[in-house]
Amino acid sequence: MANDPLALGQLYQQQSRRVLATLIRLLGDFALAEEAMQEAFTAALRQWPEEGTPDNPTAWLIRAGQRRGIDQIRRKQTARQYSHLLANDEGVAPEPDEQSIADDQLRLMFTCCHPGLSIDARVALTLREMCGLTTEQVASALLQKPATLAQRIVRAKKKIREAGIPYEIPGAKELPQRLPDVLRVVYLVFNEGYSRSDGDSVVDISLATEAIRLAEELGRLLPQGEIFGLLALMRLQHSRRHARQDTNGELVTLEDQDRTRWDQHDIHQGFEWLELALAASPTGPYTLQASIAAVHAQAPEAETTDWNRIARLYDALYRQQPSPVIALNRAVAVAMRDTPADGLRLLDTLINEKEILNYHLFHAARADLYRRAGDPKAAAAAYKRAIDLTSQGPEQRFLQRRLAELGLIT
Amino acid sequence: MKYVALVYYQESIIDAMTEQEWHDLNQECVAGVERLSAQGNFLTGQPLQPVDTATTIRVRNEEVLITDGPFAETKEQLAGFYLLDARDLNEAIQLASRIPPARFGSIEVRPARELPPKD
Repeated sequence: MANDPLALGQLYQQQSRRVLATLIRLLGDFALAEEAMQEAFTAALRQWPEEGTPDNPTAWLIRAGQRRGIDQIRRKQTARQYSHLLANDEGVAPEPDEQSIADDQLRLMFTCCHPGLSIDARVALTLREMCGLTTEQVASALLQKPATLAQRIVRAKKKIREAGIPYEIPGAKELPQRLPDVLRVVYLVFNEGYSRSDGDSVVDISLATEAIRLAEELGRLLPQGEIFGLLALMRLQHSRRHARQDTNGELVTLEDQDRTRWDQHDIHQGFEWLELALAASPTGPYTLQASIAAVHAQAPEAETTDWNRIARLYDALYRQQPSPVIALNRAVAVAMRDTPADGLRLLDTLINEKEILNYHLFHAARADLYRRAGDPKAAAAAYKRAIDLTSQGPEQRFLQRRLAELGLIT
Repeated sequence: MKYVALVYYQESIIDAMTEQEWHDLNQECVAGVERLSAQGNFLTGQPLQPVDTATTIRVRNEEVLITDGPFAETKEQLAGFYLLDARDLNEAIQLASRIPPARFGSIEVRPARELPPKD
């Protein structure tokens, strides 16, 4: 690979995040570590063709990065702040092994996803530091201006430094509290990709696959049931990506999707993760959501969906997370299992929840149940309310079509 | 690192407490301070009198302006503060989460800053 710049490019893709994670620990500073990593790769590009590729390229890069980082500190004469690094200056850290490199990546993940940072900053920082996207790529992926995003990242790094957000994996006591934050960020990254159509972006970043990769890495480093559950959920949702929109880019509901277009490879992988997740108790919310997605995946057509099982899974999910949105989904499942009237009765219990009244899917669900119950007038009123509340094009057009199908003169 | 933990709560919640509940809460806070001191995390701190005892001072164009109470009507009021010595933000969060009013109000944790040396 020594003479092949392509191979080095590949090495950069595969190893740069691991090198960076360890350099952050060794140098104690994000910006310095990034600079040092870039210099280490530049040095490799120059030296390896002449001297041959080292046995352990990752360790070589880490050591080269660390030396350059320390040189940098000396040059900038910020020695006072970093005296602890210069104290054992010739003693460049011991050969980093696989375990310490893996731990450093986990540390980086928990630092980027610390709840002391805003959720936007967590997503941006994770994409930047964990996925190795450039600031411009992150900005384009999150539909933000690069300047805004750059500022957000700078602010987040400043808070990490000044508020003393530690670069560490939370201990056993705190881990159960912190892990959901990390998973939430991964899922947000996934959804950011899931809800957008690819193809029009200049750079080829599929956030959905990036999120899956990140979660796979996380699951490898930290085998926990909920990570497997999230992986199962993402794989199963990802399997439907080609069926969720028709050729005109219009939204297709789960019920109407062409199930032959669901990606069987993803479904298979989803089931494998789900099995692992279910073997690890307690069963958390992502595992339950994945179980629901799995029931849909198992039905060859919408009519044969096991709504009884889905309704029971929603019961369990609601017990864990009694949120209005889960109550809404549960009501729809009950309507499918029993009758639309039963679903509507459950939905009526939600009308005191302010946030749900402004949620277009609440009204869309009511409209759908009224339609199924044979009350087109009530359905039309609810569709109109839903249309007023949504600003997403495909969603709006879908609701308009449904409203028109009622055949009422409005 | 030094962190200030600012304790906020709705005074109406306190006002609605019985004498006994208020007494118990205070005793819980005393015990908390004892524990923090024993661990070496407590540098200083003080509970405050209710916000209606507060006076706000501003200096504009060298004129001292004095107003009654805090300048904005907020839902939760500052009720006291702790100056903590913690390893990092995670430890500070963990210490702050055991401050009794965290159960019904909120605790804002901020790293302390040093003033620059005298010119």
